[in-house]
Amino acid sequence: MNNNEYEKYYVPAQSPWPIVGAIGLFCIAFGAGNYVNDVKNEVTGFGGYLLLAGIAIIIFMLVGWFRNVIDESMAGMYSKQLDRSFRQGMSWFIFSEVMFFCAFFGALLYARVFSIPWLGGASNNAMTHEVLWPAFEAIWPLTTTPSGQVTEAMGWNGLPLINTIILLISSVTCHFAHVGLEQDKRKQLKWGLGITVLLGVIFLFLQVEEYTHAYQEMGLMLSSGMYGNTFYLLTGFHGLHVTLGTIMLFIMFLRIVIKDHFTPENHFGFQAASWYWHFVDVVWVCLFIFVYIM
Amino acid sequence: MRLNMTKGVTDISASVYDLHMIIFYICCVIGIVVFGIMFWSIIHHRKSKGVKPANFHESTKVEILWTAIPFVILIAMAFPATKTLIEMEDTSDADLTVQVTGSQWKWHYRYFEHELDYYSLLATPQAEIRNERAKSANYLLEVDRPLVIPTGQKVRFLITSDDVIHSWWVPEFAIKKDANPGFINEAWTRVNEPGIYRGQCAELCGKDHGFMPIVVIAKEPAEFKKWMAEQTAIAKQAKEEEQKLLAMNMSMEELMTLGEKAYMANCAACHQANGQGIPGVFPALKDSAIALGDVKQHIDIVVNGRAGTAMQGYGKQLGLKDLAAIVTYERNAWGNNTGDAVQAAAINEFLAGK
Amino acid sequence: MSTTNLNADNHAEEHHGAPSGIMRWLLTTNHKDIGSLYLLFSLLMFFIGGGMAMVIRAELFQPGLQIVEPDFFNQMTTVHGLIMVFGAVMPAFVGLANWMVPMMIGAPDMALPRMNNWSFWILPFAFLILLMSLFMEGGGPNFGWTFYAPLSTTYSNDSTALFVFSVHIMGISSIMGAINVIVTIFNLRAPGMTFMKMPLFVWTWLITAFLLIAVMPVLAGAVTMVLTDKYFLTSFFSAAGGGDPVMFQHIFWFFGHPEVYIMILPAFGIISQIVPTFSRKKLFGYSSMVYATASIALLSFVVWAHHMFTTGMPLAGELFFMYCTMLISVPTGVKVFNWVATMWRGSLTFEVPMMFSIAFIVLFTIGGFSGLMLAITPADFQYHDTYFVVAHFHYVLVTGAIFSIMAGAYYWLPKWTGYMFDEKLAKAHFWLSLVSVNVLFFPMHFVGLAGMPRRIPDYATQFADFNAVISIGGFAFGLSQLLFVAVVYKCIKGGEKATDQVWEGAEGLEWEVPSPAPYHTFETPPDIK
Ligand code: HEA
Ligand code: HEA
Ligand code: CUA
Ligand SMILES: [Cu+2]
Repeated sequence: MNNNEYEKYYVPAQSPWPIVGAIGLFCIAFGAGNYVNDVKNEVTGFGGYLLLAGIAIIIFMLVGWFRNVIDESMAGMYSKQLDRSFRQGMSWFIFSEVMFFCAFFGALLYARVFSIPWLGGASNNAMTHEVLWPAFEAIWPLTTTPSGQVTEAMGWNGLPLINTIILLISSVTCHFAHVGLEQDKRKQLKWGLGITVLLGVIFLFLQVEEYTHAYQEMGLMLSSGMYGNTFYLLTGFHGLHVTLGTIMLFIMFLRIVIKDHFTPENHFGFQAASWYWHFVDVVWVCLFIFVYIM
Repeated sequence: MRLNMTKGVTDISASVYDLHMIIFYICCVIGIVVFGIMFWSIIHHRKSKGVKPANFHESTKVEILWTAIPFVILIAMAFPATKTLIEMEDTSDADLTVQVTGSQWKWHYRYFEHELDYYSLLATPQAEIRNERAKSANYLLEVDRPLVIPTGQKVRFLITSDDVIHSWWVPEFAIKKDANPGFINEAWTRVNEPGIYRGQCAELCGKDHGFMPIVVIAKEPAEFKKWMAEQTAIAKQAKEEEQKLLAMNMSMEELMTLGEKAYMANCAACHQANGQGIPGVFPALKDSAIALGDVKQHIDIVVNGRAGTAMQGYGKQLGLKDLAAIVTYERNAWGNNTGDAVQAAAINEFLAGK
Repeated sequence: MSTTNLNADNHAEEHHGAPSGIMRWLLTTNHKDIGSLYLLFSLLMFFIGGGMAMVIRAELFQPGLQIVEPDFFNQMTTVHGLIMVFGAVMPAFVGLANWMVPMMIGAPDMALPRMNNWSFWILPFAFLILLMSLFMEGGGPNFGWTFYAPLSTTYSNDSTALFVFSVHIMGISSIMGAINVIVTIFNLRAPGMTFMKMPLFVWTWLITAFLLIAVMPVLAGAVTMVLTDKYFLTSFFSAAGGGDPVMFQHIFWFFGHPEVYIMILPAFGIISQIVPTFSRKKLFGYSSMVYATASIALLSFVVWAHHMFTTGMPLAGELFFMYCTMLISVPTGVKVFNWVATMWRGSLTFEVPMMFSIAFIVLFTIGGFSGLMLAITPADFQYHDTYFVVAHFHYVLVTGAIFSIMAGAYYWLPKWTGYMFDEKLAKAHFWLSLVSVNVLFFPMHFVGLAGMPRRIPDYATQFADFNAVISIGGFAFGLSQLLFVAVVYKCIKGGEKATDQVWEGAEGLEWEVPSPAPYHTFETPPDIK
């Protein structure tokens, strides 16, 4: 296996993908910026199209870039050291994602521990309550906002609980697949991974169900004050990450089933996707505790 | 030309000044020692003087020492700082309470214990700002109606805002507190000497952030009492006049002249004198659906503002007469020739109807 | 550390040299090319941001409104701050890291070369969006570089969306850049290059990269909430819905304070390289330098609310943040003392990099002292949002970060280009900058203490004299920077050939390779003594 020729650190020659990626991000950012303004000002503009074009470019870039990487890897050009670079890179990327979620968990915690009690007169804010919001009662879930908007809180049993169980199981099946890969049990790998992807899809489906229910029957909306804000932003961003994770795992699944990629020693792509999946899982558990239960 | 922080006119401001000076002197001493040693080296340890470099590059003892010494200095600084801070934050047992509300771009004062509240606006004329006339002594630091407080009494300020964050700052009292919309911050002062004290809004609050000064007049308690009695009487009278007004009809001309004046003072900052707004930021009123459409809706938006935008409600800021005149003006100026003359009574009806 | 046979140099593999043409720069994966791109980009941004500062200074030259309208003035202030911070200082340090880190640790390149290219090329696009927003109907971002809500949400203009998304992609770029630096340092050190043998520039960048990965995503969260508050009816920063405008400031400064150390730790690293070289003496207290850097980084996570003393936090919060902030002076002091001790009984010469470093030490310390004064909460009530703060941060940023970048550029230019720079011109640049920068920023302390608020286009007449002086200093400092461009340009074009070691006292791997450094430096790892 060890192709001596590439046992030094592989520095790729020039590559067109990064600049394509940069143009893609530009289209996304500039397009999205114009798009939200178009919607707000109720006009039609190029924003939406540019945004879509940007997403298309990014997908094109990802496919091309990863194809390059996979080809190089399959050609045995990567050393152990390079593999470590990828792993470390992925770990730090996940750490940055953790910090992204921290911002929103922070907002949730701040609202519950500080701003809402303060609006209700706690700490050095007695006059805030007395003069500005005399009718406001500080309780969580915030079903009545200071301005008097009413909403309903989402319970934790029912769909959220089912979803928690689904995600927890999927983490186990994902690990099961990984063990299969490491012990070269391809069947275990395929089944484990397949089920994981399926569970991810079911989770997303139920999540959409939950949102529909919240919007149509409970009047719990993104605009429903701090409760709705944190609820939708946290679960929404989590949902986006699940989507991404599912896609990643699905691609790994295809690579395994169709191309018979990955070996017990060499499977960074799979490993990265599975790490990501476990991370998404941990975020959900925090969500379940802080958004739904507490 | 002042170089240093003001000592101010309260005990607190004096201790803040002292604190500032102590720390400044400590920094100077540290600076002199550190830079002194460095410049000694620069002068004496040059290669051109044939100096051979020494070999040392570590000394745990010295390093611990110069970690510990700054630490001790800092602890010494923390004591007076903590003491002053605790004093500043104690707003209990006030003799008088004033609610201070910032809005783009003026201050509103309301005396809690008295029937008195009013707005305080920049009094410097545009001509001075635009360099068309010589600048007066208190350029940008003068208002139409200053806040008046008694000396020797503990005055508590409840600071808040109607729109964005402002910050109420009077250097002579060493008070700077942010005015946060939806929350009330407290601050207090006890002024030792009568006088006129000037400050400014200290938090970026949009276009005219540089043009919302604060003027506070401190009067002897007896004089303050007299002033307060006068002012409440005037305010009461104004209210009564307003009631009388409801029966009267103003002519179109009167409405338009008054309307133009009130519009320029209150609305032109955003919607512009020519009624064309600033595209993308402030909507135009010329030919706008509101100004040409239903009168009720027009009154509603002027009186209550529009939630989620920079348009504030003027219902509690302006009198019925002014509101009526503004609506009339907006419906007839710049070619908006609706011909509607809106009377104070109409505004009153609208308010009552709610 | 190597499980692989790193010494097996294979001659069959083609040695790709530098390709030519514009494609070289667009598609490059070479750390030196990307480093140069970053550095040139940052220089361009420094001039654009500086141009905006000149507009600010021109308007403030006299009281009254002369040149620009207040709203445009606010846009200049905002975009000046944003461009200088995200466009000039940060990319300059990333550029230096790209050039120097692999050479200093004996690595063949950055760990993830293609991603490296991506990190760079996002930036021009991000700033293009930001600059384009200035030309929108209604104007560009005008809420200060700190974009406090609700001024940036309910009360802002349409450019906010562009601002938000451009910050998003800037953040992506910084995070990827930082990941690259961290992984390179962890994984690509030559055998024998242990952590405690790494040059301090590498150490400071390692810690900076960690800070970046920890806080840039939080900034992304903050701008996202601004976006939803403005466009999607959430109320994170509005009391009416149970939120709090002050919460924005907590989230922003949780990012913002570490951010200012992101802009100074690499500077500490550069100074720690230069001072020993021109003292011809090893750096004093290497390990305490490392620990001090790490302590500053850790403390930087618990001091953010010192920017918010006037927001009406509860007393306990004010005290906690005051004490923690004061503490940062201790490790920073250790650094200053160590530099002085390195110079003590050395054999000093004063080439241009050393001159900038000495200026750095003195002027940064002055900026640090005003920082300490700001940390004292009761006094901060008087300083906050005045020109005293503006003076503080320009001392740490301009005579701190920018001076260190200049010092680094002069220090390594011969290694990059292979030629010595024009010493006379460079000295002129130094002295002119040194004098004018103090004329520019020192009087700001006085007007600040006397009560001039920041972010105002017009001021009371008692501040007029000082402001005129400040503006003149500003124009002089700006013009002096043209000399820097001239020096760099001449040095790229040619000059006296540089030796490998370049500076007599220089030590480290980068000084053992030829000048200019070959396109691929350590294809086989060097031997570390
Ligand atoms: C490179 C950037 C940088 C650096 C390094 C620093 C360093 C420090 N800063 Fe600064 N700061 C900014 C950039 C920076 N700052 C910016 C951009 C703002 C404004 C943001 C805005 O509002 O737009 C700001 C604002 C700011 C404020 C808020 C002011 C206000 O708005 O009211 C405060 C308050 O505490 C503060 C404190 C400090 C302190 C204590 C340090 C310390 O790290 C300094 C430590 C150094 C020393 C003290 C000198 C050396 C030490 C010795 C020689 C040892 C002995 C000394 C003693 C024991 C005294 N800074
Ligand atoms: C690293 C960061 C950095 C740097 C390098 C600078 C550099 C400069 N800054 Fe800036 N500044 C900030 C970061 C920085 N600033 C931040 C964060 C703020 C706060 C923003 C806010 O409040 O939101 C701020 C705010 C700020 C203000 C306060 C604005 C206000 O409150 O309204 C002022 C005012 O004088 C100012 C001036 C300057 C000047 C004169 C320079 C000079 O050093 C610039 C020198 C460079 C050039 C001039 C360019 C090069 C030369 C040419 C283009 C040639 C042509 C020259 C001429 C025509 C003369 N800055
Ligand atoms: Cu109000 Cu600034
Ligand atoms: Cu800070």
